[in-house]
Amino acid sequence: MDLLRFATAGNVDDGKSTLIGRLLHDCRALPDDQLESLRRESQRRGEEGLNLAFATDGLRAERAQNITIDVAYRFFSTARRRFILADCPGHLGYLANMVTGLSTATLAVILVDVRHGLVEQTRRHCFLASLFRIPHLVLCVNKMDLVAFAEGAFAEVRDQFEAFSEKVAIHDVTVIPISAKLGDNVVQRSAAMRWYQGPSLLRHLEEVHIASDINQVDCRLPVQISLGPRTWAGRLASGHVRVGDEVMCLPGGARAVVAGLTVACREVAEARAPLSVAVQLDRDVEVRRGDMLVRVHNRPDLRCDVDAMVCWFGAEPLVAGRTLRLLHGTSQTRAAVGRLDYRLDMQTLARQTDPPALFPNDIGRIELQSDQPLCLDRYQDNRATGSFVLVDEASNRTVAACLVR
Amino acid sequence: MTALTHLDVLEAEAVYVLRETAAWFKHPALLFSGGKDSLCMVALALRAFRPGRLPFPFLHIDTGHNFPETLEFRDRLVAAIGEELLVRRVQETIDAGRARDEMGPKASRNVQQTITLLDTVRELGLDALIGGGRRDEEKARAKERIFSLRRDSGGWNPHQQQPEFWLQLNGVLRPGEHMRVFPLSNWTELDVWQYIGREKLDIPALYRAHRRRCLRTRAGILLAESPYLAVEEGETVEELSVRFRTVGDMTCSAAMESRAVFVEEIIREIEAARTSERGLRMDDRRSEAAMEDRKTEGYF
Repeated sequence: MDLLRFATAGNVDDGKSTLIGRLLHDCRALPDDQLESLRRESQRRGEEGLNLAFATDGLRAERAQNITIDVAYRFFSTARRRFILADCPGHLGYLANMVTGLSTATLAVILVDVRHGLVEQTRRHCFLASLFRIPHLVLCVNKMDLVAFAEGAFAEVRDQFEAFSEKVAIHDVTVIPISAKLGDNVVQRSAAMRWYQGPSLLRHLEEVHIASDINQVDCRLPVQISLGPRTWAGRLASGHVRVGDEVMCLPGGARAVVAGLTVACREVAEARAPLSVAVQLDRDVEVRRGDMLVRVHNRPDLRCDVDAMVCWFGAEPLVAGRTLRLLHGTSQTRAAVGRLDYRLDMQTLARQTDPPALFPNDIGRIELQSDQPLCLDRYQDNRATGSFVLVDEASNRTVAACLVR
Repeated sequence: MTALTHLDVLEAEAVYVLRETAAWFKHPALLFSGGKDSLCMVALALRAFRPGRLPFPFLHIDTGHNFPETLEFRDRLVAAIGEELLVRRVQETIDAGRARDEMGPKASRNVQQTITLLDTVRELGLDALIGGGRRDEEKARAKERIFSLRRDSGGWNPHQQQPEFWLQLNGVLRPGEHMRVFPLSNWTELDVWQYIGREKLDIPALYRAHRRRCLRTRAGILLAESPYLAVEEGETVEELSVRFRTVGDMTCSAAMESRAVFVEEIIREIEAARTSERGLRMDDRRSEAAMEDRKTEGYF
């Protein structure tokens, strides 16, 4: 059985929580005791029957305010696949959570209300999904029951979306008409929408092809720790490694041959991303935590000047000249912010060039100068080695997610 | 190459997190309770660091209300792998006047456990505690980070968590802070059992069906008969074939009627189960936000 990680995003009233509740309920992932507390919660709020929206709110404050504050992870499986769902709050103030969910997802489900069509929020979510190179996007056109399941209403939203999606870089897009409240096209195909020929949401989640989503070409092994003489442990960020391969250790450049390879103590001849491995080299070469083992003829860029898209979550504005701690895989260095190239207006997605600063929850393009050279790939080629985070030097908190251009 | 299964991916992620913990922190410890999640953690730690020694000791916060079978299993496992085990006792915290036992017929030491845990963090200068908590267990735990920062008081502040992007873990600490580390964050109960089955891990006898005298509460919950539980009016004691789905204290782990003895049978039983595992925990049934409240106090 394989594993699909996906994220959901939607406006406060688009029915996202109801959809997730429905998905969990119909996949029998809501046990009786949780159903019972949902029933009590629904009654307490004076609602008839079972409001599945309460299934996802985990924190006291979320239940009290009826909003999602933090990413919640939900787990369910079918006979075909295991799913990890990152449920992201939709509103802009919680951009960090949205980015958290998207960063590990290979599929994003975005919800719209069929009566409202594409709103600004939808455009922002689609833009983020494309910025983070989510390979698969699903647009659920919800509340079809409120437009009498009319094909015309759905087609209008679908056409709007298709016109818009040409501008964003997502190759695999699926649009599904649903009613989260009644369950139409969530798990079972809808009897009320015979005009729709495509799969239900769950069927699509089960069938979408994900095996080729991870980069299996470029061998990148960030070194975590030593496990003994000439033996180095790490998790393959991408690509694969075989016994007998000649590898190079960056940034030093020393070469060695892989003499032994283990995955969780099992000896293997070959291993691929995202497995955790231990590599035994055939000779003594200088290797340290933070180094990267790669193939001699397939290397990342070794550089100190970095051009990156940054999602900024610091408490204060980000300005040129600021220094931060940079974490990239297992390597750490200090970095200084150079030029601020542009800032994206998240309302209009327009670029504001040479902004004086990036404000919390801003996305922009910046230049950074690192103290130590970094082994970087472009994010569009490699989601694992093309990304890094920035940490505030005073508070030690992670304040930015960055994508290498 | 054959396709990777979800267990391959989850194992790789947990091993990565354990190795990052070893790299980031000077004095980590692996919390060990003798339950299925912690025995999985031990197996994963061995897979992450063998043939070398583990870079951290095991730490058991002993409430004094353990099942004897749990302690036997703990000692047997530790002896078999030859690693260090530290035990700190809630009874000693109580004797030192730093905590008081709850009163009443269903009193538990769940709250007191947190005090002993935080005392131990200070005593040993621990900067990371590795635990087997999983996001699928409970709705407050669903909001946990893999590296989850604790300020001086040891409490969890769910509204001040730093974001975790990709699998990029940030282990930078300030003095007085420590990290809680959850390598099994993305595992489910079923994954844990499938992994136990795949890796043929030894499990405590409590998880297999056995005959036991149990007390049936008025709510229909089965609790093991023990010196720590008084039988109240309206409760009955009967001998049944039962097993435990979670193993905590004798005072709060409910038994379930079962005939499942082998891991494959246990897996089938869990697949068909209509209740969640924490639904069998008295400590979580106290209120809707019981777990969130305890975590805010510093509980695991």
